[in-house]
Amino acid sequence: MRYFLNKLGFLLLTIWAALTLNFALPRLMPGNPALNMLAKFQGKMPPQALKAFELQFGFSNQPWPIQYINYLGSMLTGHFGFSYTYYPVHVSTIIAQSLPWTLGLLGISYLVSVVLGTVLGIFIAWRRGGVTDSITPIVSMTFQAIPQFWLAVVFVYFLAFSNNIFPMSHSYGNTEVPGLNWPFIRSVVYHGFLPFLVVFLTSVSGWIIGMRNNMMMTLGEDYVVFAEAKGVSPRRLIFNYAARNAILPQVTSMAIALTTIIGGQILIEQVFSYQGIGFQLTNAVTSEDYPLIQGMFLIVAVFGVVINFLVDILYGRLDPRIRRRGATS
Amino acid sequence: MMQTKKKRNSNSALRGFFRNAKAVVGFSIFSLFVIIGIFAPLLAPYDPQSTNFAPSLGPSVAHFFGTTNTGQDIFSQFIWGTQTSLIVGVGSSLISTLIGFIIGVYAGYKGGTVDGILNTIMNVFLVMPGLALLILIESYLKSSTPLINGVIIAVTGWAWGARVFRSVAMSITNRDFIVAARLSGAKTWRIMFVEILPNMTSQIASNLIYACLGAILAESSLAYLGFESISSNSWGTILFWAQNGGAMLSGSWWWFVPPGIAIALVGTSLALMNFGIDQITNPRLRIHKKRKISKKNPALEPSGGM
Amino acid sequence: MSDRQPILELDHLSVGYQTSAGIVNAVNDVNLTIYKEEIVGLIGESGSGKSTMAYAIMRLLKGDALITNGTIRVMGKDVYAMNLKELRAFRWAQMAMVFQSAMSALNPVMTVQTQMVDTILAHKKGMTRLQAIERANQLLDIVRIDRKAMQSYPHELSGGMRQRVVIAIAIALNPGFVIMDEPTTALDVVVQRSILDQIKEIQKQEKFAVLFISHDFSLVAEMASRVAIMYAGRIIEMTPSQTLQLGERHHPYTEGLLRAIPHLSADNITIEGIPGSPPNLVNLPRGCAFHPRCPVAVDVCKDQRPKAIPSGNGHVECHLFEGEQEVQHG
Repeated sequence: MRYFLNKLGFLLLTIWAALTLNFALPRLMPGNPALNMLAKFQGKMPPQALKAFELQFGFSNQPWPIQYINYLGSMLTGHFGFSYTYYPVHVSTIIAQSLPWTLGLLGISYLVSVVLGTVLGIFIAWRRGGVTDSITPIVSMTFQAIPQFWLAVVFVYFLAFSNNIFPMSHSYGNTEVPGLNWPFIRSVVYHGFLPFLVVFLTSVSGWIIGMRNNMMMTLGEDYVVFAEAKGVSPRRLIFNYAARNAILPQVTSMAIALTTIIGGQILIEQVFSYQGIGFQLTNAVTSEDYPLIQGMFLIVAVFGVVINFLVDILYGRLDPRIRRRGATS
Repeated sequence: MMQTKKKRNSNSALRGFFRNAKAVVGFSIFSLFVIIGIFAPLLAPYDPQSTNFAPSLGPSVAHFFGTTNTGQDIFSQFIWGTQTSLIVGVGSSLISTLIGFIIGVYAGYKGGTVDGILNTIMNVFLVMPGLALLILIESYLKSSTPLINGVIIAVTGWAWGARVFRSVAMSITNRDFIVAARLSGAKTWRIMFVEILPNMTSQIASNLIYACLGAILAESSLAYLGFESISSNSWGTILFWAQNGGAMLSGSWWWFVPPGIAIALVGTSLALMNFGIDQITNPRLRIHKKRKISKKNPALEPSGGM
Repeated sequence: MSDRQPILELDHLSVGYQTSAGIVNAVNDVNLTIYKEEIVGLIGESGSGKSTMAYAIMRLLKGDALITNGTIRVMGKDVYAMNLKELRAFRWAQMAMVFQSAMSALNPVMTVQTQMVDTILAHKKGMTRLQAIERANQLLDIVRIDRKAMQSYPHELSGGMRQRVVIAIAIALNPGFVIMDEPTTALDVVVQRSILDQIKEIQKQEKFAVLFISHDFSLVAEMASRVAIMYAGRIIEMTPSQTLQLGERHHPYTEGLLRAIPHLSADNITIEGIPGSPPNLVNLPRGCAFHPRCPVAVDVCKDQRPKAIPSGNGHVECHLFEGEQEVQHG
């Protein structure tokens, strides 16, 4: 329980830090470009909308602590303001539209890579010394050094543009009607396959190697040797004794790799014009849509921190030394 | 006496590094790029910005990597880009390692409340999605340069090193020689840089390597997204212009392929060099070549690149 | 002695490690027999090959280690002649082992109950889970731990309790032979004492033979009826434990070890160490491996390896005893 509260506190602290960054950056930067942008909208927007912008970007005569409190208040109640480019669409509306795409694409590619990589890692450790054992580290190193977004560009060129095997961009075909209908779902899978493949290829070998190394370490532990001696079947030895422990550092790696994975997702969405939050974020920067930038940054940050929190909780579930810490000490 | 002993140690460490085949291959590849970077003015056949040539030419003897849609020589851009990317990578990794060292070692050495606060800040930086934060900062900067980006990458990315340095500092803070130095009244900064630093050279080397790789990837990502001024020239900007100059539509694969391969090669060379460092710091790997029960290697940790 | 049933028989056993310098023997031509219900101590400095020998007996050698010569028989069965399935059934049912560190011998993410039940069910195929749990509870009673500990994870138990759990697991299937590899080194003196007493008690009750490995001379002398002294992979002396006191004649190394025990009874504590350090196995001295450190070495020690010479109820590998043998035989 204490572990849970600790992690929850850290979650809130990080979200607060992200909010504060959003508040402080426009006020710290010389020449506050957000305000210049705002000037262009003078007269095009109703006064209330302008007022909201002023509050958000510091174009106000109030002392900054009061601005800060007002700002936190409006953010916490979900008032992210209007987008410049899509006015009068709310930033929160755009978030709501793009978040599911990011969640779906990132979630599936992340989970499939982790699960498949982990299972293969266990398998390779089991059959240690095979050809796979010596080749995987080298393949892994090469694939991880390749910039993900560049691999995406190469795939788009060779598999989508030159050979037309896959679509070049977007998340579903223009002719499909979004909803729970088969043509739409098929189109989503078809469009999502290349971005998924990029993430999968660049990350799966890392998970394999990570799990393999953890397994090799664990297989040398006394408790595995002890269990082998006491007659536990090889199957149970590998899964319940070795893998069950070897998976703990793997879960830690899941949390550590997360920020990099989110970074990769932003770029991949850009390459494939995939309408998730990463795509919206980079586009908002190009069109200098500051309220949208802030909203998107905030949601990316919250997204990352929440997944990190969930991974921490998962770790706590898996490791009794953490789960029961509150009860014993 | 101490001095010579230390020197001998570092000599044998270097010899160990160069006896490792992987490290030598990595070092050679990296050196090749460094030489290209240093001699860029001599190696680049043309002015990278000049638009004097026929547009969208394929690779030929006159233009090894062909030309852009505006008739620029891609090979010249690539050579100059090598210089920029390496300066950003090396410079940024030096800055972030220094910041990480100061904060991490200070936290680990001081302990208590200071450590509590610094460690929390570290963790916040660790979970904050790095590229999103960089993009947010870029949005207020307006067409920054590769060098500015290198600094920003360092300032936002130091926490990775700090985490490692903190744990090493914590483990050696109570050793006799540190306690003796403290009791003899040595200043904190002196203890940090003179007493603690020599004991974490391998972690520092490892961190320099990964920070360098991370900075090159991050800078090229930012440049690819178009957050650098038009006049900059790095591997990332080549990719940006390839994307926006319709390299796809005109079939100019030679435009976007070389920078990506270069980044991958530099990345691989850095990872190979880290293998060499691992061999020195982890004697177990040296003796039992056959067993290969390696310490968890950050190079092998899953990460998708930026 | 010969009328008793042998439980462990090591016959010219050598165990080596493959290194870049070739095969290095950590255990070198060892002969040892342990009889029914007997406790035999095995003593030596770290690196003398004690643990390697234990792992070899249990057929748990890993990686580059291998048997280079000799045979190991437990209850008359050649341990290395079994196939893996036979081995899995035989090991633990007939021979068990208490590991050095109980903390690392227990799986940190499983409850005590699961780990105990695992052991029982792996061998008793016909048993139900409930019966296995009941048996596990009895075992906890034997090692005198509260049955509540069943639901605990290893990190929730004290060091002494963990070691008791490991002992309970070792005797779960009533084995005839148990190896105890420094079972109390990681514990503080008070806990050490109570566990040793308990081991003796359980051993009397369950009547298994024990190979008790330690580097603590006084402890081994107290536990065992006979003591084997190991140096550089060889058992250089085998002797009844009651002979282990100052004044009795022993191998110079054994005498060195005896002098190294602090004698608290005297007014002032005197400890004498053995000068020098254990030899490098890769590059063993010619002749008797102990000669560079031996205070009474003579020329022959430098180039001839001493043979095992019967002495009292055991044997000694030392040139200085050679004359006596001739005297004994006539």
